[in-house]
Amino acid sequence: MAASSERSPPPFPDSEEPELLEDSDEGADAFTGTSISEMDSPSPDSTRPPKDIFNEPPEDIFSDPLSNINSEPQKKVDTKIPSPSSDEAVDLFSEPLDDDSEVMSSPEVQNPMPDLLNEPVEAPKSDGSNKSSSVKKAASAELFGDDEDEEDLFKETPKVVTKKPQPSGPPVDVFTEVKSDVKVKPQVKDDPTDLFTEEALTAPAQKPPASSSSSSRTNGVHSEEQDLFSEATVELSLDSPLNDRKKKDAVKPSLSAPAASVASSSSKAPSKTLEELEEEESEDKFDLNISVTNPEKVGDGMNAYMAYKVSTQTSLTMFRSKTFTVRRRFSDFLGLYEKLSEKHSQNGYIVPPPPEKSILGMTKVKVGKEDPSSAEFVERRRAALERYLQRVVSHPSLLQDPDVREFLEKEELPRAVSTQALSGAGFLKMLNKATDAVSKMTIKMNEQDVWFDEKIQDVENEEQHMRKLHVMVESLVNHRKELSGNTAVFAKSVAMLGSSEDNTALSRALSQLAEVEDRIEQLHQEQASNDFFTFSELLADYIRLLGAVKGCFDQRMKAWQRWQDAENMLQKKREAEAKLLWANKPDKLQQAKDEIAEWEAKVTQYEREFERISATVRKEVIRFDKEKARDFKRQIVKYLESLLNSQQQLIKYWEAFLPEAKAIA
Amino acid sequence: MMQEGLDDGPDFLSEEDRGPRAVNVDLQTDATLQVDISDALSERDKVKFTVHTKSTLPNFKQNEFSVVRQHEEFIWLHDSFVENEEYAGYIIPPAPPKPDFDASREKLQKLGEGEGSMTKEEFTKMKQELEAEYLAIFKKTVAMHEVFLCRVAAHPVLRKDLNFHVFLEYNQDLSVRGKNKKEKLEDFFKNVVKSADGVLVAGVKDVDDFFEHEKTFLLEYHNRVKDSSAKSDRMIRSHKSAADDINRIASTLYTLGTQDSTDLCKFFLKVSELFEKTRKIEARVAADEDLKLADLLKYYLRESQAAKDLLYRRGRALVDYENANKALDKARAKNKDVLQAETTQQVCCQKFEKISESAKQELIDFKTRRVAAFRKNLVELAELELKHAKGNLQLLQSCLGVLKGDT
Repeated sequence: MAASSERSPPPFPDSEEPELLEDSDEGADAFTGTSISEMDSPSPDSTRPPKDIFNEPPEDIFSDPLSNINSEPQKKVDTKIPSPSSDEAVDLFSEPLDDDSEVMSSPEVQNPMPDLLNEPVEAPKSDGSNKSSSVKKAASAELFGDDEDEEDLFKETPKVVTKKPQPSGPPVDVFTEVKSDVKVKPQVKDDPTDLFTEEALTAPAQKPPASSSSSSRTNGVHSEEQDLFSEATVELSLDSPLNDRKKKDAVKPSLSAPAASVASSSSKAPSKTLEELEEEESEDKFDLNISVTNPEKVGDGMNAYMAYKVSTQTSLTMFRSKTFTVRRRFSDFLGLYEKLSEKHSQNGYIVPPPPEKSILGMTKVKVGKEDPSSAEFVERRRAALERYLQRVVSHPSLLQDPDVREFLEKEELPRAVSTQALSGAGFLKMLNKATDAVSKMTIKMNEQDVWFDEKIQDVENEEQHMRKLHVMVESLVNHRKELSGNTAVFAKSVAMLGSSEDNTALSRALSQLAEVEDRIEQLHQEQASNDFFTFSELLADYIRLLGAVKGCFDQRMKAWQRWQDAENMLQKKREAEAKLLWANKPDKLQQAKDEIAEWEAKVTQYEREFERISATVRKEVIRFDKEKARDFKRQIVKYLESLLNSQQQLIKYWEAFLPEAKAIA
Repeated sequence: MMQEGLDDGPDFLSEEDRGPRAVNVDLQTDATLQVDISDALSERDKVKFTVHTKSTLPNFKQNEFSVVRQHEEFIWLHDSFVENEEYAGYIIPPAPPKPDFDASREKLQKLGEGEGSMTKEEFTKMKQELEAEYLAIFKKTVAMHEVFLCRVAAHPVLRKDLNFHVFLEYNQDLSVRGKNKKEKLEDFFKNVVKSADGVLVAGVKDVDDFFEHEKTFLLEYHNRVKDSSAKSDRMIRSHKSAADDINRIASTLYTLGTQDSTDLCKFFLKVSELFEKTRKIEARVAADEDLKLADLLKYYLRESQAAKDLLYRRGRALVDYENANKALDKARAKNKDVLQAETTQQVCCQKFEKISESAKQELIDFKTRRVAAFRKNLVELAELELKHAKGNLQLLQSCLGVLKGDT
């Protein structure tokens, strides 16, 4: 028989399998190939996640930028290329170091730096003790106003250093301390700014004296130091640093208190540090449990709505109490998203999107049909809202937002008005519009950042695959439901067959079989709902979230477009000036010069905005990837466990049936 | 060969084909005449079965021989049994269903057309599914034909049938042809008349309690087994769809996993690998349910029909006998053609008694066979379900162990 079938079915060519194998092999090869070439790409540090960089031997990372900058420091300043390595969150080390080397290109200052890198454990201490100069005290006093802080900082540092031998550890931690200080004492916030301007002003004027740089470092406040230096780099290419900073402050007034104070008083590098730290923190000691429960219909008819109980459990001090509960309706959730999105998405944050409004599903609920599909709809929405809130609060910056706190804490929330426009079709239309606008821009934007170039493509692909996967999982859900239904029908039919069978043992066995099939039907049904809630909804969430990620890329692109437009305008103004010069019209020349100055300022401002948003987006995407990996692993493991449970039940059922079948005689 | 394209192909085949038959409905295997289908070849629109016979009976020239037969020849053999008056008192083994590869072929053709619109991965997956489907149908077809021959070979009377021996031994084409349109139409009318007559005959109260009971039982049983058979088909079909979904999920997870080399991607690849294996098991569960449950029900759908036919023939004979009695009474009253009426009455009586005698034994055998077949198949079904569920469980456990170790 086996031989027969081997020969028998001629319609199929027999060479398929080996072909398949080859294909998959090639695929794998091709893949590693690309990844290797990625590694070889010009900015190696920017293509890898930060952790990798930390684990790498420090020499690798630093040798390149250092030598480059030392050999041609001038070029960098002149060309003003937004080099990927200087604006990324990842480059925490290279940045200050670049700047160091640039600013004080004397060899004896360079020496401490390798030391610092090679012996990270000792780094902070040596910082503090070796380089204590007269400036140190003054600066530290100026910065913090009291010595206790400084001591705190030093107590903190060694701990962190031993934990992770990475040079950025200490400054990062130190900075949180500063952050909390900033919250408590507003005057501290001002001080660095002052210091800043001073330093900044001196920076472009002369190659900053080694003393000033070392002084700030001796404070142990690396972030300040980084700040200073990144500021300095920019300033080397800038005309009016003061003006620029003001504008920058103006750009992000909406940021929540701590973030704002830090961000506005310092440039992006430290704020990145802060947030990255917060992220790490959130993994370690994130203590905020939110649950959405008790969906309840309020009102009657078409004005009815579902209200959900939002319970929070936390030990975070920013909340008034440890546990509290509020009632919120669906549009409140949408309203929250709207507020958050308005404030944060323009800065490149990934604001988690809420579940879509479903008119059909809700109408069913409103009409009050007590059928299983509307119960399922409510449960589905409840779960989605819960996940939505959990995602919002697990975002370190969004958690700080007063609107989030208000949403969780405040008894009565002003009715969200404009959610109608935002929900359903309107929401989609908005998204589409944004996508359209971007697709136009995409053509223009020539991506210079390899990381972004790849990431954008990755996200695009990922979304596509996720959609496909989602469709398939939905199909599995449907087929499993169908299977469950058909099994139930079959069970009934077998029961009938059993009742008409006139052999007693066989009749009994058949009715037992019917019972087994009945239980299996239940099993399939449970599994279908597991397929849906654990797997399918996870995918649906991530399809939405990937949309939000794409939105961030769009924001970045918009910033880039703005910068390019300004650049073009500046070019035009310069040409106009040249013409005037040629035409020898001194009266208009001054005006042209003013205009050039104005546009130059704008160009720098936009460029820095672009860099800032790039940094934020990048950091956000890295964070998102981490969350995604965690979510998927957790959910899929959970899903597999549900499958495991199903199989265990199945074994139990059939084992009970087997003796019945054997008893037929 | 084809199995290479189907990674579970060899397994699939060896298990069911080497082992006991899908639907074994025979009570005892008699060493004096053993028939099996040792080989089968699928050509364009027909299947050629190699019928292999081993016998010690003196009727045959050799002890062991093989011939090539087609589906139509099986049908011819079956019809010759049905038409033979001698066999009116027996349950004629139901004819095997016509092999139907059209649906499968059509799908395959569609797949060929759609080749450009899908990725290589998907194409290979689809092809695998269709090949498995095709192979399953093929195997089932062979099994059904074999069951028919085995039933005949095991039957105390039918095994001695001359046509059967010719069918087994004559090593050339029997040059039977399929029925032409006219014959088919005739058959159709015959069936209509028969079923109308069947209703009439069934309405006659039987004098024998045994047959009266069998009649009601078979009527109900046939309907219910028909229902169960249809329902089981639907259940198995949706099980297959679910398995196919898992297959596609596995391949999409695989593509997702090969996008990058992050931890998550490796995770996806592992899960994809798991799904790839579990979907095979799920497909096997569906296939085994098909083989052990649906095919069993289908066989008994046909066999109960054959038993009903026997009861019809007996009922018909009974009616004829009663009519002959009436005719004889009439003839005696009129004293005209008494002799002729007597002969007719006697013939009818003999016929009826002969049918009743063998039919009783046949129906008792039918029940014994049925119980044995259900027992065997249900035990096997439960064992296979357990085997697959345990396999699945093990896969899930080891995969979860690996995944949890990673995270």
